[in-house]
Order: sequence, then structure tokens, then C-alpha cells
Amino acid sequence: MSVARFWRKQQNRYNLIGTRCTTCGKYFYPPRGFCPDCRREGKIVDHQFKGTGKVVTYSIIRSSSGNFKLLTPYVLAIIELDEGTRLTSHLVCDIDQVYIGMPVRRVFRKLGEDGSSGAIFYGTKFVPA
Amino acid sequence: MVGIISYGAYIPRYRIKVEEIARVWGANGTEISRGLGVFEKALPDMDEDTITISVEAARAAMARRVINPADIGAVYVGSESHPYAVKPTAVTVGEAIGATPVMTAADYEFACKAGTAAIQTSMGLVKSGMVTYSVAVGADVAQGEPGDALEYTAAAGGAAMIIGNDDPIAEINHTCSFTTDTPDFWRRENKPYPRHGGRFTGEPAYFKHVIGASKMMLEKMGTKPSDYTYAVFHQPNGKFPVQAASMLGFTMEQIKPGLAVTYLGNTYSGASMVGLSAVLDIAKPGDRIFMTSYGSGSGSDSFDITVTDVINSDLFNRDAAPSVSALLADKKIVDYAVYAKHKGKVVMME
Repeated sequence: MSVARFWRKQQNRYNLIGTRCTTCGKYFYPPRGFCPDCRREGKIVDHQFKGTGKVVTYSIIRSSSGNFKLLTPYVLAIIELDEGTRLTSHLVCDIDQVYIGMPVRRVFRKLGEDGSSGAIFYGTKFVPA
Repeated sequence: MVGIISYGAYIPRYRIKVEEIARVWGANGTEISRGLGVFEKALPDMDEDTITISVEAARAAMARRVINPADIGAVYVGSESHPYAVKPTAVTVGEAIGATPVMTAADYEFACKAGTAAIQTSMGLVKSGMVTYSVAVGADVAQGEPGDALEYTAAAGGAAMIIGNDDPIAEINHTCSFTTDTPDFWRRENKPYPRHGGRFTGEPAYFKHVIGASKMMLEKMGTKPSDYTYAVFHQPNGKFPVQAASMLGFTMEQIKPGLAVTYLGNTYSGASMVGLSAVLDIAKPGDRIFMTSYGSGSGSDSFDITVTDVINSDLFNRDAAPSVSALLADKKIVDYAVYAKHKGKVVMME
């Protein structure tokens, strides 16, 4: 990933900054600049998510490549944040620990790196709450 | 008065037993454990490093108290294992707690006392009125060469202190330092592991500086060891701090609550500050804390601290972040092979 491409989304990845439509109250992560329901009536503002939620569904990854090769087996989960929106994230826990509905909270982890001399990318993952 | 506004610690979940490390090198684990006074040490997860540990510790401190991140004017991170040689850990911490962009930041390095040096800098900025709050972090994913004595204790973890003037949970009455050029332990540029002077790290290094700074503090404050409720000394192993305490006249009861090393290992720049966090986890208003760090190279920073009523007030919520004992209890023991993978000792194709 290029340095500029990661940096542009840094605040979203570090601090779970998404958006909210103040017209209908819907939350978005990753952030949207336009509300698909309210359209022109919608007013979008930044929103920092609390970082707590629950597992909607998950998959256990046993074979991976690149930055993720050494992490296997690991859990990739769709997480519903308390505010209502859903996102896909690495869930850091023992693979036999995860279940649908499991409460989770955000943590700050390394997402990857561009080789041993390149930039290191950090951001949000989740752990059991 | 300048003091600690909030604090937080972070310890990764993974542990390896000293006996397991000894098994790999054909050494007597029971004897080594007993000799060092250390039974387990913490190691990072595959995606944890000094930056993630620093952020988690700083966020734990922010969780315990309502602090406007915009009022944080400085972030300093002390460590021997900053992930970048050039690019500060402190800016990522600042960004992750929402303190950027109106703040100053820098990384510190002074072996195991870089974290307490960050506290002293923060005190200076706060006392001079240059900033409202300053964050001081001490964190490490400590390095030790495989098979070397350091490998039995070099651990991962850290703590953060938010320093400020208004309503501190603990006032810092005084700080003083004792510093000389003593080559007891070092790591050269581009080298993955530190080297040390073996027994030389004891008498002319750790003890000379810890005792030197501590005596200066007692003299300056006109106090004696029995005036303090707790004492925390840098803890590279379980023996040195106990010996230093006894040389100064502190009792085992005073140092035991802050002696995290036994089941944590030596978190280098995090060591004294994790010990202080463990004490703040249980401290009551009026308790007086004595702390002396030690960093090879060499120097010691001594602190005289008094816990205030604020620690039990509505301004502060100690339970909003995990205590050091809770972090130590949440653990998963791994064998040497998993430890080697987590520490990046398994060589892979790039």
C-alpha cells in the first residue's frame, strides 16, 4: 500500500472516525460523504465510534499470504458497532473462543508493513470485551 | 501542584516461563528462576510492538479521566525498541489519543529509564506553564539475544502517565537524578541485541545510581524510608530491587505491591512505570510513594509522590481501565517455538 493512500485514511483506522447523517441518524464506517437514503436532504458529519460492538459472523482464516501469513490461523469477523453500522476486521482471539454475538472492543494493532525497511501501518482491530 | 493526572498500563497477553527458555538452552530453569526472582515474562502478539503498547497504555490513562485531548500539549515516549529508527513513536500515540496537531512530541532513549525521563520533561513543561497536560510513556518490547542471560527477563509492556497541574491524583513533591557515563549495557546502531558487562551491571551501575539518587532524594526531602507507604525501584530482575530497598532501609511490605517483575519480566523503559501503576492501582489518599528508576549508561531518576483525595473522587475512575494485576492475570502461556515466532526470530523470505 502506498504511504499516501494509508495516511489519507489514518484517522479512520486509528480512531474509528466514520460519519453520521444528522437527517436520518444513520452511521457509516468506512465514512460516506453522502447518505444513500436521504440523498440531497442528508447532512453528513464526522463521528468517532465508541469502539464496542458484537460479532455478526466470522470466518477462520487458515491459509493466507503476505503480511497475514504469520498470523494464521486467525479470525476475520463482521462486527456490528453499538451505533449500528458494520465493518470487517481482524478479531484477535483464540480461534475456538469466537462465537456469533460475542461482545468485542477495539484495540490498536499493527495492520501490516511494507517490508522490513518500508512504512509500518497501524490501526484498529478487535478483541473479546 | 504538578502531579499525575491519570495513568494507564498495558501488558500483552502472552507469557513464556523462564524454565521453558532454560530448557531450550540446556540450563537449569528452576535454579535460574530462583536466582533471578522471575518466573514468567510477557511477550508481544504478532501484531504488537512498542507503538501499539504505548497507544494502549495512553488510552487506558485517557479512559480513567475526562481530559480534553486538545489540552495535551506534549507527548514523550521512552523506549529502547522504537519500531522506527527515524520517525517518532510519540506522534502515533498523539494521533491515536486525538492530541494532534497542536502539541510537541519526541522519543526518548536512556535504556530502562527513558520513561521516567519523559515524566521529568513533562513536569518541566507543566510547571513552566508551557502546556496544560503532557503524556509520558515508558514502553518496550525488550531485546535480549537468544541464549544470553537477558533473554530470561526481556519482556513486553509499558505504562503512561498524564502529567498536569490541576487536581492531580498524586502530587510529585520532588524529583532528582544521579547520572554518570558508565558502560554497563548498550546496543550499537543497527544491532538487534544489546550487550552488557555481566556482573559489572550490578555494583558500579545499578546499585551506585539507584542508591545515589535515592539517598539524594531522602536527604533533600528530609525523610526516612519509614515515611513512605510504598517504594518502587527499577526491576531488571526480582533480586536487584529487593537488595536496593534493603540497603536503603525499605521493607519488603513497602516494595512488594510495586514489584511486577516476578510474573512480567523486565519491560525495560516500562519497568519502573508499570511498578508505579501497580501501586497507584491500590493507593489511598495520603499514601506516600518513593520511586527510583535506573537506565544503563547510566542514570537514576528519583521521585517523591503523595497520593491525593482526587484518586477516590468523581474526577477519576480507576476501574475504567484494567489494573496491572488484572493485566497479569489475563495470560496465555506459550512454548519457545511460538515465542520465537512472536519475537520475529523465525527468518522468513521477504
